Amino acid sequence: MNYTLHFGAVWASFDHLLGGLAIGLGLAVAAVAIGTLIGLLSAFASVSHSRLLRAISGTYVLLIRNIPLLVLVLLVYFALPATGIRLDKYESFIGSLALYAGAYLTEVFRAGLLSVPKGIVEAGRAIGLTRLQTNLYVVAPVMLRNSLPSLGNTFIGMFKDSSIAAAIAIPELTFEARKINVDTFRVVETWSVASGLYIAACFTIAALLRMLERRFPKF
Amino acid sequence: MILDETARPLLDIRALRKNFGAVEILKGVDLAVRPKEVVSIIGSSGSGKTTLLRCVNLLEEFQGGDIILDGETIGYKTAGGKRVRLRDAELSRQRAMTGMVFQSFNLFPHLTAAGNVMLGLRKVKKMGKDEAFAIAEKWLSRVGLGARLNHYPSQLSGGQQQRVAIARALAMNPKLVLLDEVTSALDPELVQEVLTTIKGIADDGATLLIVTHEMRFAREVSDRIVFMEQGRIAEEGTPEVIFGEGRSQRLNEFLKSSRH
Repeated sequence: MNYTLHFGAVWASFDHLLGGLAIGLGLAVAAVAIGTLIGLLSAFASVSHSRLLRAISGTYVLLIRNIPLLVLVLLVYFALPATGIRLDKYESFIGSLALYAGAYLTEVFRAGLLSVPKGIVEAGRAIGLTRLQTNLYVVAPVMLRNSLPSLGNTFIGMFKDSSIAAAIAIPELTFEARKINVDTFRVVETWSVASGLYIAACFTIAALLRMLERRFPKF
Repeated sequence: MILDETARPLLDIRALRKNFGAVEILKGVDLAVRPKEVVSIIGSSGSGKTTLLRCVNLLEEFQGGDIILDGETIGYKTAGGKRVRLRDAELSRQRAMTGMVFQSFNLFPHLTAAGNVMLGLRKVKKMGKDEAFAIAEKWLSRVGLGARLNHYPSQLSGGQQQRVAIARALAMNPKLVLLDEVTSALDPELVQEVLTTIKGIADDGATLLIVTHEMRFAREVSDRIVFMEQGRIAEEGTPEVIFGEGRSQRLNEFLKSSRH
């Protein structure tokens, strides 16, 4: 192999990569925050007594999980304006990723809900808590704790998926890397630095989540 | 304990019927418990004892009969000639009138001992934090756990967990306390501390409906023993009658088979 590595051209634009990383993190945090809310509601719906709620949750998960994220992002970005809803590309992407995260988190939270012992639900009801209060003060905390490990996986997955935003020209890390690549033709250097940044960021997120897991010891 | 024989029953179960699908679990149970009375239900597993208790706490639906608690018919009402289950808020209010202690403790794992006792006080009785904590402290001390207020369930032994569960039930000041095989999940050496605690609250004048396999305990603590068989009350009477010499053949067989 007679390819000589020259990182200089990549370092010159390193601040663009860092800026892209920050945008990606911002997109992921916003999407995961909204997606967590959707996922929680949808997970509770999926185990509710109401057939209608279960059907809504089931259909949502079925539809979203079977569309590739890239297609979903393009669909929301290009098709939604035709219905009269105008979103800028950031709103559109955050919305898409949130919908996508919500579907995966529904399954994560649903597994968490199924892991909550029936006995403590009955104990909550027995002291006179309403169904809603039991869910809020007994089921939700236990379920969230039980879900922490798989939540971490999903969060990291969503952060990496923020790279899809490049497809609609959001200047996040992948988009910036592609630009540098096109400008400098330093293919190996560009993509290995971008990969390094993704690894470092994901590693940091994982470490933070593990700290959180340790703070709330397993029951 | 001197009981007023003429007092209106605190709990009045009339012709209670319950089935799971085609299987009939309770086939018309009548049982009255007077204020301050301690009644123990004995019987082989599958006789419907636990189901009866769970019906009284409205954790199970039932298909026929009435349960009247302190003069109020609980769980169902008649609307337009049809029997309908009450709304969740009503059921919750009625459930708060009884306390329930479970076989498997069922403590809230994310809350400390004090937190377990306080949750109902805060959210159901809408007490402030300080007031709720004071009551939790009082009851946990009463069951001998005054030094374990800030321990999580996973840091407590089975016997201690069950005593927290007893404190959690009693702190709500229920009219009636239901105890469902509360020592069955305990190691033998931990049984006594829980039974002693229950004996104590019985002596304090609580009204107790107990499902138990501990015959000696039932004999010691109860005013009345109810023997259930195949979804019906087969016999009932004072401990002296039930455990005495003149007892029936089938009771004799059950007691012999349940002796460890």
